[in-house]
Amino acid sequence: MNMPIPDVNAVPAEQARTTFAALWRPALVQAFVKLDPRQLKRAPVMLVVELTAVFTTVLCLLPDSAVPTSVALQIALWLWFTVLFANFAEALAEGRGKARADSLKAGSQGLSCRRRNATGNYDVVPATALRKGDVVKVLAGEMIPGDGEVLEGIAAVNEAAITGESAPVIRESGGDRSAVTGNTRLVSDWLLIKITSNPGESTLDRMIALVEGAKRQKTPNEIALDILLIGLTLIFLVVVVTLQPFAYFAGGAIPLVFLVALLVTLIPTTIGGLLSAIGIAGMDRLVRLNVIARSGRAVEAAGDVHVLMLDKTGTITFGNRRCSALHAAPGVSARELGEGALFASLADDTAEGKSIVEYLRQLHDFSEPQASALTVVPFTAETRLSGIDYQQRRYRKGAVDSVLAFVGMQRLDMPTALTKEVDRIAQSGGTPLLVCMDKRLLGVIHLKDVVKPGIRERFAELRQLGIRTVMVTGDNPLTAAAIAAEAGVDDVLAEATPEKKLARIRQEQNDGRLVAMCGDGANDAPALAQADVGMAMNDGTQAAREAANMVDLDSDPTKLLDVVQVGKELLVTRGALTTFSIANDVAKYFAILPALFAVIYPQLGVLNLMQLASPQSAILSAIVFNALIIVVLIPLALRGVRVKAASAAHLLRRNLLIYGVGGLVVPFAGIKLIDLLLNALHLV
Amino acid sequence: MHSYDYALLLAFFAIVLLPAPWLGRFYYKVMEGQRTWLTPILGPVERGCYRIAGVDPGTEQSWQTYTLALLAFNLSGFLLVFGVLLLQGYLPLNPQHLPGQEWSLAFNTAVSFMTNTNWQSYSGEASVSYLSQMLGLTVQNFVSAATGLAVLVALCRGIARRSASTLGNFWVDMTRATLYGLLPLCLVLALLLVWQGVPQTLSDYVKAVTLQGVEQVIPLGPAASQIAIKQLGTNGGGFFGVNSAHPFENPSAWSNLFEVSSIILIPVALVFTFGHYVKDLRQSRAIIACMLALFLIGGATALWSEYQANPALSNPQVEQAAPLEGKESRFGTTGSVLWTVTTTAASNGSVNNMHDSLNPISSMVAMVNMMVGEVIFGGVGAGLYGMLLNVLIAVFLAGLMIGRTPEYLGKKLQAREVQLLVATLLVMPLGVLVLGALATSLPGPAGAVSNPGAHGFSQLLYAYTSASANNGSAFAGLGANTTFHNVMLGLGMLIGRFGYILPVLALAGSLALKKTAPVGQNSFPTHGPLFVTLLLVTILLIGGLTFLPALALGPVAEHLSLGF
Repeated sequence: MNMPIPDVNAVPAEQARTTFAALWRPALVQAFVKLDPRQLKRAPVMLVVELTAVFTTVLCLLPDSAVPTSVALQIALWLWFTVLFANFAEALAEGRGKARADSLKAGSQGLSCRRRNATGNYDVVPATALRKGDVVKVLAGEMIPGDGEVLEGIAAVNEAAITGESAPVIRESGGDRSAVTGNTRLVSDWLLIKITSNPGESTLDRMIALVEGAKRQKTPNEIALDILLIGLTLIFLVVVVTLQPFAYFAGGAIPLVFLVALLVTLIPTTIGGLLSAIGIAGMDRLVRLNVIARSGRAVEAAGDVHVLMLDKTGTITFGNRRCSALHAAPGVSARELGEGALFASLADDTAEGKSIVEYLRQLHDFSEPQASALTVVPFTAETRLSGIDYQQRRYRKGAVDSVLAFVGMQRLDMPTALTKEVDRIAQSGGTPLLVCMDKRLLGVIHLKDVVKPGIRERFAELRQLGIRTVMVTGDNPLTAAAIAAEAGVDDVLAEATPEKKLARIRQEQNDGRLVAMCGDGANDAPALAQADVGMAMNDGTQAAREAANMVDLDSDPTKLLDVVQVGKELLVTRGALTTFSIANDVAKYFAILPALFAVIYPQLGVLNLMQLASPQSAILSAIVFNALIIVVLIPLALRGVRVKAASAAHLLRRNLLIYGVGGLVVPFAGIKLIDLLLNALHLV
Repeated sequence: MHSYDYALLLAFFAIVLLPAPWLGRFYYKVMEGQRTWLTPILGPVERGCYRIAGVDPGTEQSWQTYTLALLAFNLSGFLLVFGVLLLQGYLPLNPQHLPGQEWSLAFNTAVSFMTNTNWQSYSGEASVSYLSQMLGLTVQNFVSAATGLAVLVALCRGIARRSASTLGNFWVDMTRATLYGLLPLCLVLALLLVWQGVPQTLSDYVKAVTLQGVEQVIPLGPAASQIAIKQLGTNGGGFFGVNSAHPFENPSAWSNLFEVSSIILIPVALVFTFGHYVKDLRQSRAIIACMLALFLIGGATALWSEYQANPALSNPQVEQAAPLEGKESRFGTTGSVLWTVTTTAASNGSVNNMHDSLNPISSMVAMVNMMVGEVIFGGVGAGLYGMLLNVLIAVFLAGLMIGRTPEYLGKKLQAREVQLLVATLLVMPLGVLVLGALATSLPGPAGAVSNPGAHGFSQLLYAYTSASANNGSAFAGLGANTTFHNVMLGLGMLIGRFGYILPVLALAGSLALKKTAPVGQNSFPTHGPLFVTLLLVTILLIGGLTFLPALALGPVAEHLSLGF
């Protein structure tokens, strides 16, 4: 019933076009559209600039003997440019996010679905008519019309449109795989789905809302920064407005156009103009990671996190135990053992079995028997062994007691060297498997949780940023400690239950720490809700997805580390540009003040450190610099300032040097350069 | 500079800095009601006060209640002084039969003493009776300083406490601040001053016949006791019109040293008190370092400037060293400059020389000291809470750059805190620039200056800066005793005082409620040279950006016009 079923092959849809070349044109149009004061209201500093631009434009019509009209016109023009540049930055950031969201949304246009009515029959309704609690039936080949939970059925779902992962995933009722996402395609069977979100609240809608400037909720730090910027604007307004009476007292007057210019250069236009772009670009970076945040607040909180609670399985280790070593029994050669273990595992399809085969193939070059020559002996609950029969020999592997029973041996009779090895493996948190050929014990295989490569370094980086990692596992404390030591986590929560997890989060929070965690099961939901940053896996349960404030579409728990990085970058970028913006004012004063007072106190000309050519060119240069610096900083605002793993003091010193001292120095050079250029071109 | 100039500077810094850690801890113990060596003597008095007032020292107040108590107390203080000054002609202890003050002057004076400003549009010996001095002004000298101290400890508690809804008890804090914090030190200083020859008497003015045969009236009064609190409480309101330049108010080199160092004795110590509250003395050292750096930068600049000969007199026939106009030759250039810098850095406002006669750059140092909000040691309590506001602003500005929500000592700075901080940032621009602009644009008030041009502008700018910063020192030259200036300067003082106190208490309340995040390696470092530099730059940047245009039209223009 999904009427416009697109060609299945075309499903990954058009790739989101996010290059500058594709985006600048619509952004330019948007820059003008955003001149609407109702939209600018969200960026109060820019609203002030727009008002002054209007005011200056009007002043151009009233000739002032002190200011040539051409100069006044240029000032007015650059004031308009200042607003347009800021709008352009926002539009560009918005455009990138929207392009990504639109490519996701493309499939949902005109979607219809079967909704169960009161009589138990199904009506065909547009997907937009669905409300929370509605039940729909979806058949193979159709799109799932909205986020929901599987009530009945089992089916394969292609979630490529959302996750980019082309292999279909299984969704079924009950258990931890019951949640489905709107705009994903059923590739087999059928599902009965209870819709869990109203229109406009789905995962996709949330994604879009986060990158659209006008609908975007400001994050707490952004609000705080906004207040500071408004405060600074007010202060400078007072400074500029009171300057005229002071000038009158000194027996002179300052042209209004110049006062306006002074105001605009002093108020924090750089950060005021880029603030919104920074926020949108931050969310966009998150979307690019395939993580959807319920709100920007959670992303910011991620930057503040003190403690990461990470599930061992899947995050720190690969999900399954893997073969890590073999130890031969006395009198057995390594090659004999290797061959025996390989044969015993050839038919074993479990991850453990495969890992043994993989391990041994790398170690020796065995001639493997043809599959047809084998008699497979599968694992049964009775024997608790598996293996093959080959050339009248029986190769088996299994847990220690099962294999001993198979060869008819008491535990005490086992060779001492082997017993020691078995005990050592068990104590280190691993699993020992015995291998035998007929009645002869060959040796022991060491299976263990294997820590993902690179994760240790990742944790070390986090530690430098002051973030502690806690490994959460159901394992006993001994096993847990062994893995923890190998992975380099700071702390372990062993034999974890959902209650213990929740209690641990509460305890950390009571100590004033912010906690981030990820989870997927229904029993993770309370902990996810309690954590300051809770990231649910997309293939998890609906309960977990609802409790969390972020969903990872790729269901990769290590993403949490990237989210922390994005959160930090977002904050650092804002801080850096704020500092830069305020530091800029010093140079602007030295450009404008001597120019303003040139008539009243020519002696103040000594403050003209930059030796700018004339009062007019000095003021115009400052205004031009003020506008252009926004353009220059757009790439930085969109890309974000990189956060290196380092202590707070180190980060502060580095950023203060770049953005603080840089902010003091750069405008001196910039304004001087523009002044030279303006005079060379005879614009003043 | 001579060797005795260096000796003065050395002695000054020794007196001020050496006892500070000990005194700071003493203040912490006293304000938290812990036992000190004074408890056996003053404990019964303290308990007596509570019993008479019906205060239970165990109950604590929310920030709102604390604020209301403070406002009520200050309002009644104002009404009392206002009333006494209006009616002093009908009241006892008035041997000179001085009439009541004119209403705007009385308003100005009452506000001035209530707000710890001590701006004086009058001359003490000519218009204030003994009763007004003792019951009105001296009492306010004590309680206005104690109020500052109370607000400070409330803020300290706000920062130090976690998830708390109360800030202490205003009545208890006031009692302890006055009883233990101010009275004993004042007693010591008053005795030292009496020893140096400062009068302390209730008898009439002395009539004497001079050598020329002219009859002269020599004013006397209970001066020593008031001078002690005037200096220690960073009040600054002189007993006599010319303040500490008067030989009865400041008779000797010793009295000069005692008086100038007692200006910032308590403010320096309180920085350590803060360290005890937050259990981290590194914070205190960082703040002291920043204050000291600002003090030294200003002091060095002013000394350099004041030792410049006046270019107008650069005539080979005139032999001149540093200009001495407006200075007591007893104190000399260094002694005068040290006082000027100290009295403006702290919101004291007493003077031992006339700031109107300073070279332009030295007078600018005095103005900048006040314009940054009296945070270079500053007034009792007020200086440090002003400084802590700057600390919070610096933390917020740069804090984001470490990739976390800005935190100070584990307390997050969020929208509400920033709102309150911004409110305090607006105080000085409002008081100095807006009121100043009003004064300069009205012909009457603007005509009250005694010089034209840049210097005249400095006179007005200085007056409104001094009032808004609650400093109270006068540039002189401005005929401030007019209805307009009395009312406007009074308004400036109110804005300057409560424009800080109200947001600070709200801030304390909001911070107290917050959880405290553990402070560790990844927290914003608020100690060490990097932070001290950041704080210094923040203060100068905010003050500079706000007042540079005005200063350019005043002292800077004057300096350049004079041809220095």
